[in-house]
Amino acid sequence: MIRGLSIAQLRRTVRLGFKGLWLHRLRSLLTVLGIVFGVCSVIAMLAIGEGASHEAQEQIKNLGSQNIILRSVKPPEEQKVSERDSQSRVLQYGLTYTDVKRIRATIPGVTVVLPARIIREYAWRISRRVDCELVGTVPWYPEMRNHPVATGRFFTETDMDGRANVCVLSAEMVPALFPLEAPLGKFIRVGGNYYQVIGIMAPRARTAAAEKSAETTQVPSARVFLPLETAKLRYGETLMRRRAGSFEAERVQFHEVTVKVDQLDRVMSVAEALQRLLEYGHKKKDYAIDVPLEMLKQAEHTKRIFNIVLGSIAAISLLVGGIGIMNIMLASVTERTREIGIRRALGARRQDIVLQFLVETVILSGVGGLMGVLLGVAIPFIVTWTAGMKTIIVVWSPLLAFGISALVGVVFGLYPALRAAQMDPVEALRHE
Amino acid sequence: MPSFIVQFDNVRKHYQMGLVTVEALRGVSFRIAAGEYISIMGPSGCGKSTLLNLLGCLDRPTSGRYLLGEQDVSRMDDDALSAVRGTRLGFVFQSYNLIQQLTVVENIEIPLYYQDRPEAESRAVARELAARVGLADRLEHKPFELSGGQQQRVAIARALVNDPLVILADEPTGNLDSTSGAEILRLFDDLNAQGRTIIMVTHDLGVGQRSRRTIRLRDGEIESDSNPPGDFP
Ligand SMILES: Nc1ncnc2c1ncn2[C@@H]1O[C@H](COP(=O)(O)OP(=O)(O)O)[C@@H](O)[C@H]1O
Ligand SMILES: [Mg+2]
Repeated sequence: MIRGLSIAQLRRTVRLGFKGLWLHRLRSLLTVLGIVFGVCSVIAMLAIGEGASHEAQEQIKNLGSQNIILRSVKPPEEQKVSERDSQSRVLQYGLTYTDVKRIRATIPGVTVVLPARIIREYAWRISRRVDCELVGTVPWYPEMRNHPVATGRFFTETDMDGRANVCVLSAEMVPALFPLEAPLGKFIRVGGNYYQVIGIMAPRARTAAAEKSAETTQVPSARVFLPLETAKLRYGETLMRRRAGSFEAERVQFHEVTVKVDQLDRVMSVAEALQRLLEYGHKKKDYAIDVPLEMLKQAEHTKRIFNIVLGSIAAISLLVGGIGIMNIMLASVTERTREIGIRRALGARRQDIVLQFLVETVILSGVGGLMGVLLGVAIPFIVTWTAGMKTIIVVWSPLLAFGISALVGVVFGLYPALRAAQMDPVEALRHE
Repeated sequence: MPSFIVQFDNVRKHYQMGLVTVEALRGVSFRIAAGEYISIMGPSGCGKSTLLNLLGCLDRPTSGRYLLGEQDVSRMDDDALSAVRGTRLGFVFQSYNLIQQLTVVENIEIPLYYQDRPEAESRAVARELAARVGLADRLEHKPFELSGGQQQRVAIARALVNDPLVILADEPTGNLDSTSGAEILRLFDDLNAQGRTIIMVTHDLGVGQRSRRTIRLRDGEIESDSNPPGDFP
């Protein structure tokens, strides 16, 4: 369609377009506002969504995608019973040694089994107190749960066999218990017993999601890790809990057992086998099975849906922006009918007129897109800074948004430009 | 061959207005030699503007033939006509028709812009012509900062910038007071004296006397042609 167009001519047309638009700065700005906000919202939403889903995925990955986590859950009917007659009752539920032994014996491909007991307790350091979870576990906990020790060390088999009074603190405990001193080697008191601190775990990103999900397998922040045997020695199999006036006792052998599957593609089949095995061994549904891999897949699925929704919003807002531009360009073409007539009389071909108006629209939407990109890149920073939410700007998103906005310029600029070019020169010159 | 630069051969222009056909020009024939200064006169609605639009290649005749130089422009397509307007014709309008957002020198440059002439070169030509019409000190002014007479001089400079075969003017003094009008007419006289061919639609009898030839139209036909050129041998 465009014949004999030189680079110099195109450059001059672009310069002319900028000049013309600059002359009507305010109008140009208002015209592109739709595109600006469209592009900006796409980038910002994408960054926030990416940040949120990245965080969720990170948390799930922290659980270990090759892991399957079995948890003891108080059966719902038992909860009701215990509320009704809450005298001296010992409630027995959850995962047992027998379960662990059976899993080891019957399910192939399961490499390690990590049992853990979780007890809610207060941890004391002189007069400082922290409400925390006491986790009785095995020495290979850090590697299995992708949760390394930051300083000091985790306890060893020797600590385990000797039922040593040692503990490892989660990073979140340290500022609360040891605001002024180095914790390593110091003692803390938990439930009347003293434990020497031998290590500090690496900190984990704490998020709103993690705090809400104390019931799920996510790592709550305040934890004290003890050798499993030590925990057993101190707390026995029975957990007492005082409640208003009465007390209640629960007997839970393991609160949590982590099963590591040797191959990623076997995780789902092992999970099914575990399900069957536990169904067989338990009369009540007093356990839960969490499969991080499944959660990961779900998270990815959610993200896909989110992206589709986002894409639709983006498409609509850019459409609206494009229509806004087209509207103004049509008005501009009418307003400049006379100019078009003059240019045609002085030798402009139809394609020169098309080019002139198309270039203006593309400049508008391009500059609008650029402004949108700048704003859209700035907003996630502001969100992170003010709301503390993690945001990730994916590299391709500004490029894509800018590309689409320029495309919108071409698509929505074409019709007004063609209208301008189709005008009869004589009619256009007569136009008032 | 004779050196006629314009030859109209039984040119008709009809406008279809619903069921009615308006015959704006009903078979007009004339020839114009290089260097002539022609005024076209006649009562309102007789077809002067229609004739000028055809001469200016802004429109195509319904029938008949129009030779501009050696080219038959009566059957050319739109792009070719644009090229003819841009290279061989110069326009001066009653209402100046300058582009408001461009400066004097940029307005003068427009025809060269569409011929893709190098920027520096067209800028130089435009400056020179602005000086020639007495606007050397107004190069960067916008049209609304100029008087009517000055604006029309810009338009004349613009009409000269592509070194046209013919300059077409449609009542160039119609919007001007008598003093500036006289200045503009003097400018046209100078141009004709330098060999430019000028065709001017006018109501002004004084102009008719300045030009050496007057074509009078009535109801789309030539009523009189005061001084047609003889056939060249
Ligand atoms: N675009 C058009 N459509 C219909 N009729 C037209 C058009 N242009 C001119 N005419 C008619 O043609 C005749 C000649 O018009 P015009 O050339 O403008 O006359 P003048 O310029 O001499 O006043 C008039 O009757 C006018 O109404
Ligand atoms: Mg007229």
